[in-house]
Amino acid sequence: MVMPRRPSWIALVALLVSVATMLPLGFIAWVTMHTGWDTIVALVIRPRIGELLVNTLLLAGLTVPICAVFALALAWLTERSDLPGARLWSGLAVAPLAVPAFVQSYAWITLFPAIHGLFAAVLVSVIAYVPFLYLPIVAALRRLDPALEDIAASLGHPPGRVALRVVLPQLRLALCGGSLLIGLHLLAEYGLFAMIRFDTFTTAIIDQYMSTYNGPAANMMAGVLVTTCLAFLGLEAGVRGNRRYARLGPGAARPISRCKLGRARLAAVLGFGGVAAVSLGIPIVTLGHWLATGGIGIWRPDEIAPALGQTLLLATLGGVATTLAAIPMAWLSVRAPGTFQRVLEGCNYIVGALPGVVIALALVTITVRIAMPIYQSVVTIVLAYVLLFLPRAMLSLRASIAQAPVELEQVAGSLGRSPARALWAVTVRLAAPGAASGMALVALGITNELTATQMLAPNGTHTLATAFWSYSGEIDYAAAAPYALIMVLLSVPLTWLLHVQSRHMAGR
Amino acid sequence: MSFLTVEAVSKRYGAVAALDGVTLDSSAGQRTAIVGPSGSGKTTLLRLIAGFDTPDTGRITLDGLLLADGPAAVPAYRRDIGVVMQDGALFPHLTVADNIGFGLPRRARNRTAVIAELIDMVGLDRSMLERRPDALSGGQQQRVALARALARRPKLMLLDEPFSALDTGLRASTRKMVADLLHAAGIAAVLVTHDQAEALSFADQVAVMGAGRLLQAGSPREVYLRPRTPMIASFLGEAVILPATLGDGWASCALGRVAVDDRNRRGAGTIMLRPEQISLTETTHSPDGKVIEIEFSGASCTVTMRLTRQSDITIVLPQPSLGLQTEGVDVGIAIAGCAHVFDTEE
Repeated sequence: MVMPRRPSWIALVALLVSVATMLPLGFIAWVTMHTGWDTIVALVIRPRIGELLVNTLLLAGLTVPICAVFALALAWLTERSDLPGARLWSGLAVAPLAVPAFVQSYAWITLFPAIHGLFAAVLVSVIAYVPFLYLPIVAALRRLDPALEDIAASLGHPPGRVALRVVLPQLRLALCGGSLLIGLHLLAEYGLFAMIRFDTFTTAIIDQYMSTYNGPAANMMAGVLVTTCLAFLGLEAGVRGNRRYARLGPGAARPISRCKLGRARLAAVLGFGGVAAVSLGIPIVTLGHWLATGGIGIWRPDEIAPALGQTLLLATLGGVATTLAAIPMAWLSVRAPGTFQRVLEGCNYIVGALPGVVIALALVTITVRIAMPIYQSVVTIVLAYVLLFLPRAMLSLRASIAQAPVELEQVAGSLGRSPARALWAVTVRLAAPGAASGMALVALGITNELTATQMLAPNGTHTLATAFWSYSGEIDYAAAAPYALIMVLLSVPLTWLLHVQSRHMAGR
Repeated sequence: MSFLTVEAVSKRYGAVAALDGVTLDSSAGQRTAIVGPSGSGKTTLLRLIAGFDTPDTGRITLDGLLLADGPAAVPAYRRDIGVVMQDGALFPHLTVADNIGFGLPRRARNRTAVIAELIDMVGLDRSMLERRPDALSGGQQQRVALARALARRPKLMLLDEPFSALDTGLRASTRKMVADLLHAAGIAAVLVTHDQAEALSFADQVAVMGAGRLLQAGSPREVYLRPRTPMIASFLGEAVILPATLGDGWASCALGRVAVDDRNRRGAGTIMLRPEQISLTETTHSPDGKVIEIEFSGASCTVTMRLTRQSDITIVLPQPSLGLQTEGVDVGIAIAGCAHVFDTEE
């Protein structure tokens, strides 16, 4: 493989970015080394940690399988059955993505104030996170070669056995990836669980941080949280294996024939309708209720306008910075793949899996110790956003750079363009839409980000999420409603984009 | 005796009639090739026989058993019909051995032995059994797909363009292997292809389809030499088609006086000659035509000539490249065998 002419400084920048992504893990390692063995044992081996660990494992162990069952059922109904209005239903299955998880929680707690604990945590998590499995399963179902199912039938297997032995194994990657994503979100989420009073490592670390600021107790819990996180990554890698499930041949896939529901049709519509009513109806009804109760008085322009402005500013800064930081890595992984690039990519992958609270804790400590001037400044919070959302930007960028093969640049060169102009006229143009959608995804993440923003943003920062959080913390649910509504409205276009992408990923 | 019968089968997809009253018979152990341009309905017919789809109207019977009577149909998994698809359609999540054994009962005692026997049968090495399908070449994948379909000893084997993804050389050898294997096992087969040479060399019976209808069915020689329409003639190979005046087993046309295969037809008609019936020799004595272009392509060349009797007609003939060498020469035409006379219904 011939190396491109530009790799030297691109590789250098990629290396720098990857070193930065290692800051949180480095911080944990450093803390562990400096705390001393006895203190570590005293802080880690105690009932509180055990309780949090049990909570976390129960939460993940219940939520992920339930999400998988729901996602499989919904995906099968929208993709493989003759459910009337399948497209609409598929939109409804994705729509909960537009409602930030802590807004879901807010909807439930205001409707059922007594709701709390594991049951509530699992309930709200399932509602908020089913789309994370639904989307990859739908994409995988659409990529499957229907010929395989035909062949299995011709070999004497009835439909049920075909689903079990041919379809399900091929959904394995999607199931693993989606489950991991949900698991990591369960570890990282703060607002959802804090509101319904369910303790996880993340909520405990933040409580600890709020009371003792930066004690070793918080740091050690962060260490356990990171270990859990890495265990999830390892578990997923183990279950996924390294098998290939891609289609083998180039043959044109024929459109899949849909299963006739017959009498079960009404039951399917009612069931799906029930799921949609719970996942979308409850937030809509609650938000509507609080907006109506609050009336015009809760729309305080002197508070909402600056919160919106600050949110948009941070989202734009973070989106641009993250995309810029992702470009060198994405470029290397498409144009100059190799060991060096794979190691760097591994760094990005791990940092993307770390909870915001760990990244925030690391950046607080590092800035206080060695870079006081940027402590609680815009630079730090943007850095945190870059670390949090780098993998999102990477995914979109890599796919779009891959769409601009180097041959096109060479053709542009043969048609008389200088290398720089060829790069601009071909690669940049082709990669731009992907970069933009990646940037938008990052910006959406930042808009709904709570943990790191609370811990790192300059004093006096009020984003939509933090303003919502402080009002609902004061049980002023009506005043919180406009912020929730704006966050939902900002998320709608991107949810739509994800929905459309999932339908087109199959290339048809 | 009929083994597979397709009676007046029709199938619509929305407004498009994919099959329009197709009737086809095939006897036990016979190899039938369904050939036609893309969109002619041949793959739809195959899918209806396999049971992947059901006809709107019409009946399909196999070995005395009714498989489909309109939309009421035996599902594919109870039909005992093997299928090999264009790209093999191997299960990517299973090894070669598990692919071959997919249709065998999981607890069958001699499962391993049967799988080994099958891979020998299709001429692959047993060391491949533990590989994944993506580690095989296209030809090897097709062989595995065939072994997998043979495992259940099906009554009928359906082949949906199974050779079209292979290189030219590999295609011919794989085709021969498949034909020999099916013949040895006594399994009837239906091959769908858009490649006329493949259809003619593989099958005992060739069925030509166009626009959802069965245009003609018969032995390879019959459909090639006595096609029902000029369209079928051109589809099955190069053809020289000319207007002619007929009488007493002779036609007079732009090539002169030519013997025809129909003694009874009189008056105006259309005749067809295959290029291999026509040979050209350089001559100055009352030539039949003049060579206006020669396109050299190795073993053969393509000669374009203008006919003397009717200078508005040019014909294009593949010829051995050792023959004519120069453009512009006058040539005489010699014809071997009879010309075919088309029926007048067109």
